[in-house]
Amino acid sequence: MSKPLLKVQDVRVHFPVETGGWFQREKKVLKAVDGISFELQPGETLGVVGESGCGKSTLARAILGLIKPTRGRVVWMGEDMASLDPESLRQKRKELQIVFQDPLAALNPRLNVGEIIAEPLKTFYPSMQRVQIRERVKGMLKMVGLLPNQINRYPHEFSGGQCQRIGIARALILNPKLIVCDEPVSALDVSIQAQIINLLKDLQRKLQLSLVFIAHDLSVVRHISDRIMVMYLGRAMEIACKGTIYRRPLHPYTSALVKAVPIPDPVKERRKRETGLTGHVPSPLHPPSGCVFRTRCPYAVERCEADVPPLRALSDDGLVACHEAENFDLSIARSEEE
Amino acid sequence: MRWTRRTIYEAGAGYQASTGTIEMSLLEVRNLTVSFDTPEGEVHAVNGIDFSLEPGETLAVVGESGSGKSQTALSLLGLLAENGRAVGEARYRGRDLLSMTATELNEIRGEQIAMIFQDPMTSLNPYMSIEQQMLEVLYRHRRMKKAEARERAVEMLRQVQIPDPEQRIRQYPHEYSGGMQQRVMIAMGLLCEPDLLIADEPTTALDVTVQHQISRLMRHLRTNSNTAILLITHDLGVVAGLCDKVLVMYAGQVMEFGSVEDIFYRPQHPYTRGLLRSVPRLDRGDESGMHAIPGNPPNLLELPAGCPFRDRCESAFESCVQMPPLEQLPGGGLKRCHLEAADE
Repeated sequence: MSKPLLKVQDVRVHFPVETGGWFQREKKVLKAVDGISFELQPGETLGVVGESGCGKSTLARAILGLIKPTRGRVVWMGEDMASLDPESLRQKRKELQIVFQDPLAALNPRLNVGEIIAEPLKTFYPSMQRVQIRERVKGMLKMVGLLPNQINRYPHEFSGGQCQRIGIARALILNPKLIVCDEPVSALDVSIQAQIINLLKDLQRKLQLSLVFIAHDLSVVRHISDRIMVMYLGRAMEIACKGTIYRRPLHPYTSALVKAVPIPDPVKERRKRETGLTGHVPSPLHPPSGCVFRTRCPYAVERCEADVPPLRALSDDGLVACHEAENFDLSIARSEEE
Repeated sequence: MRWTRRTIYEAGAGYQASTGTIEMSLLEVRNLTVSFDTPEGEVHAVNGIDFSLEPGETLAVVGESGSGKSQTALSLLGLLAENGRAVGEARYRGRDLLSMTATELNEIRGEQIAMIFQDPMTSLNPYMSIEQQMLEVLYRHRRMKKAEARERAVEMLRQVQIPDPEQRIRQYPHEYSGGMQQRVMIAMGLLCEPDLLIADEPTTALDVTVQHQISRLMRHLRTNSNTAILLITHDLGVVAGLCDKVLVMYAGQVMEFGSVEDIFYRPQHPYTRGLLRSVPRLDRGDESGMHAIPGNPPNLLELPAGCPFRDRCESAFESCVQMPPLEQLPGGGLKRCHLEAADE
């Protein structure tokens, strides 16, 4: 195995929060990300899946160095990001870019497409010629499937999917090595989502990019990811390659996420079994003791209340954080096997 | 409801009943047109659509952004923006909703027809407790006393599975999670046992597991009450488990109409097929990859002449420069396409 591009080691991001009324202020700690570790190889895609509040966007910001982790290290190509001085960190930012969820909100409405995509170039290469910048921008527009003659248009003249292409072009213009995609298709019509995913996949192959692809449901990340990490209340529940995670999930939460995705087939959907999930995600200010998932887990036993399950290897290609994982079979029947 | 062959028959018969005979439907929409005056000119969001809904039936209106599906729903309740105008007929129990005054509509809205919006956070009043908001409906429409109204509201919250409803009813919207807020919206919509519930993308803003719970809840409601549901969505995945009939819209036109079985197992329109193919499926292998509909959702200011979908249609041919008529299909469905019927 080659040297990893990105190493995330036991990263924790904790926010101090004040709660309670005016007279009984109480200081609490919100553990948005609580001990996440993974490695990313060049050209690899890691899918990060979890529901709102599980810390996936905070993790993204920690990877990009936009927030400093409370504990743990983010190692980028062998260098600890926290140890860099501000100028070298700024230079590293060229290699790490982000694509946001709401494509229209992420683009400045007062700039035209050419200016939006050129902005990173002007920031990092102030001496670059205007003609040269314009050529680069036009080339990039073509690469993301837009027309070079749309360069003078403004964001509101484009549809959601086209705006997301502009966002991708802006992220790519500095030739980054890693792009963190924070729910890039959640705001788009289902019929358009695959366009963006296929585009990212194409670009990844062409440009040898690594991707961290964040989503709130498992259906979207399957096609693009090599490995998938499932998060719940700031912790990783399971990390496995996509071949196994959909077929034989090891964690009850992963299995519930798979079952929750609707099947576009009336007979099958109406016959489908329950997800087994009960209740709601607990407040991250008062996470349950032991396993954070135990309050909603249909398989929870006494031990889950006392001990935090470590992330452990149960098969060759997957890690799971569950005490009981070997005691139940969560395999999911596929239609072609029925 | 049991899923049987009869459903197909009923879906087909329902449509014919509404077109042919005098039998009165719960809701009958005829030639509905919604247009907006904008600085760029008049924009037609909905172009003369027809549909009908029987008591207890669930109809899905499906399409991408800009298809006119949400404007159709809003126009029924007189909720269009200031510059919008709805023309045509929308008969609810024989009375035309479009020609009613605000006072007349207020007697129907929230009482006989309820609506749930996409974003529960912005639909609930942040300054009022859940109790105040729910009781208001009952005071207004049922003239109930406080104790009685409170009992009814708590019962409704229990039905949508809010834990400890007696305590939680006193809380404010921000103390609820997104999924619970949407449950409250549903409970509030159902307080007066409406005949028709209009749900505009009720699960789109929610997490998958919550989405699953809300779909279950709506399915339960459909089985256990006689409330008809008009479900507006861009995701056909949500429709499969819930609806009896499906209306597919594109650029303000009806592209296809049929029973849920016809639409999912025998789609006739290339647009319907594209929408179906684009839903990612976890019940199948990954080898097939992901499919999008090429191009972008319609820009209503720059629609091509003829079939509005032809720019993005893989089967488009010369005839498509003419607008295809809405054609009756043997099974009782409708389609707007020049292509001959395809067997799938």
